[in-house]
Amino acid sequence: MKIHEYQAKQILARFGVRVPRGEVAGTAAEARAIAEKIGPRVVVKAQIHAGGRGKGGGVKLASTPGEAEALAAAMIGMRLVTHQTGPEGKRVKNVLIEEALDIARELYLGIVIDRAREAAVIMASTEGGVEIEKVAAEKPELIHKEYVDPGTGLMSFQARKLAFKLGLQGEAFKQGVKFILGLFKAFEGTDASLAEINPLLVTGRGDVLALDAKMNFDDNALDRRPEIRGLRDLDEESPLEVEASKYNLNYIKLDGDVGCMVNGAGLAMATMDIIKYAGGMPANFLDVGGGVTEEAVTKAFQILVSDPDVKGALINIFGGIVRCDMIAAGVVKAAREMGTKIPVVIRLEGTNVEKGKTILAESGLAFSAADGMREAADRIVSLVKR
Amino acid sequence: MSILIDEHTRVVVLGITGGEGTFHAQRMIEYGTKVVAGMTPGKGGTKHLGVPVFNTVAEAVAAEGADAAAVFVPPFAAADAVMESADAGIRLVVCITEGIPTFDMMKVKTFLRGRPTELIGPNTPGIISPGKAKIGIMPGHIHRPGSIGIISRSGTLTYEAVQQVTQQGYGQSTAVGIGGDPIVGMKYIELLERFKRDPGTEAVIMIGEIGGTAEDEAAAYIRASFPKPVVGFIAGQTAPPGRRMGHAGAIIAGGKGTAQEKMAALRAAGVHVAVSPADIGGALREALARNA
Repeated sequence: MKIHEYQAKQILARFGVRVPRGEVAGTAAEARAIAEKIGPRVVVKAQIHAGGRGKGGGVKLASTPGEAEALAAAMIGMRLVTHQTGPEGKRVKNVLIEEALDIARELYLGIVIDRAREAAVIMASTEGGVEIEKVAAEKPELIHKEYVDPGTGLMSFQARKLAFKLGLQGEAFKQGVKFILGLFKAFEGTDASLAEINPLLVTGRGDVLALDAKMNFDDNALDRRPEIRGLRDLDEESPLEVEASKYNLNYIKLDGDVGCMVNGAGLAMATMDIIKYAGGMPANFLDVGGGVTEEAVTKAFQILVSDPDVKGALINIFGGIVRCDMIAAGVVKAAREMGTKIPVVIRLEGTNVEKGKTILAESGLAFSAADGMREAADRIVSLVKR
Repeated sequence: MSILIDEHTRVVVLGITGGEGTFHAQRMIEYGTKVVAGMTPGKGGTKHLGVPVFNTVAEAVAAEGADAAAVFVPPFAAADAVMESADAGIRLVVCITEGIPTFDMMKVKTFLRGRPTELIGPNTPGIISPGKAKIGIMPGHIHRPGSIGIISRSGTLTYEAVQQVTQQGYGQSTAVGIGGDPIVGMKYIELLERFKRDPGTEAVIMIGEIGGTAEDEAAAYIRASFPKPVVGFIAGQTAPPGRRMGHAGAIIAGGKGTAQEKMAALRAAGVHVAVSPADIGGALREALARNA
């Protein structure tokens, strides 16, 4: 799960990680009031779930509260386009108003889970303010890493090592060590999957603060982190994906026109692949879960065909012990209710396969059953192209 | 022959009195698996599905000689169940549970370090040695005894591969799902080592997916020291970067972990890579013909 910068900074502050003074505003008047309190010079930052906001015009400096008000008025409601949003951009609902600080150095600090090492890894670099992937590709020697033993947690000496590698001295060293230890506490204490501070700011006086902050969280842990789950912003997600998640369906919208609905994530990806292999393009990823129920299938079918780009659908259920007649009945019912006219090819494996095929054949809908993935993919692609 | 489990394996089912545990323990018993005990704290001394239930795994080991555990407990209790099994001296733990937080799994892996217990999963359909035993939730009837080993990160896609193997006239020695999470127990290399030593396994099918580097590490191992034919398939050739494709582990992050990368690494290691998921069985036939 992703959250906004202002939310990440509130979490960090709770764990003793220093962030600039600031508040979030939903209107231009609020922005002015905040600037009057913490300004006069402030930074106005558009809050959307995407990087590259600065280049897209979503981060601007204001010298007076009046300027902050004008900038906020222009930003709130606009569709901000960055390299991560896609051409349609994302609508800005809120802006973060923060004190403008003097920048002596811009560093990088990030924490992720290293899957191969099965541990969290803290990465620090003197190359802050730029894309860290670029640094990793071009100058990997400038990224310093410390792996955190899951048994002990982050140890002070590791934080000191990183602070020395960042070239911090005196007051900045002291604050830097505290910052790194606090950031890991926040990461661990919220079941985060990513915490990225880019840039990590060092001021002329040696203060160390998070100028930007990004945090993602482990979806599997949200049930024990209700305070994190509450930060989810549904407006940042596609409406069909939100609808699907209510029914524990995993749906991701893609660019093609062949909709697909599959049980199991691996088979769902493989089904997308075989659609492409047959000459089509998948319109979505949709996993209804390994064990399938009639209700889930019905709901999934409704979501699938609500996408106006879908010109045909491939349903691939490898059930084993799932009753195919039940799946077939569920899909036919959903299609009748929605008045679906698009062609649908269904591949079913499980018990009562023949009964399922009969239900499809007698439905009077543009439905057909296929034996095997290849036949199913070839047929739906040719039907959609026709 | 087979790896890790056979007709002698004695299984304790953790969470046997729950809905999932009951349903799948029943099917494991019907398949012929020696389910010798159940474990649910507070229900010790009772019987369920005709099997004695214990309060702790240690009691199930002492009383019934359990040497393998099947974990069917809810996500937030699952890490504890795996560690309790390891502490009781269980040789093989199969954790079916989906949705365990990553931090919990990091603790589990740290706990298992230096202990002899092997872990399969979590978020796996389990393991089956056809005709001998199954520990997991896969449909038993699609499998048949034979000489092909299967290792997979996926559930239903494994069933698809099994069916293609069967349709080509082959059977399976053992089929293992390693699990779809970012951090799992046994990975490809540990299982390939077992299949290498198993005289009953003639060839191996390896099914991977986007995300992480496990397939690349396996490719390096196969190139250096795996003599039997290997067929590979990687799911997610059309997956967009940065999106989690159902499995917590299936995500292309920072441009790394793409299907194309993994397929190239496997090909370079001499693996017969099926580009289409419908060609896994065919690729196996070709690989065996070339090896004959």
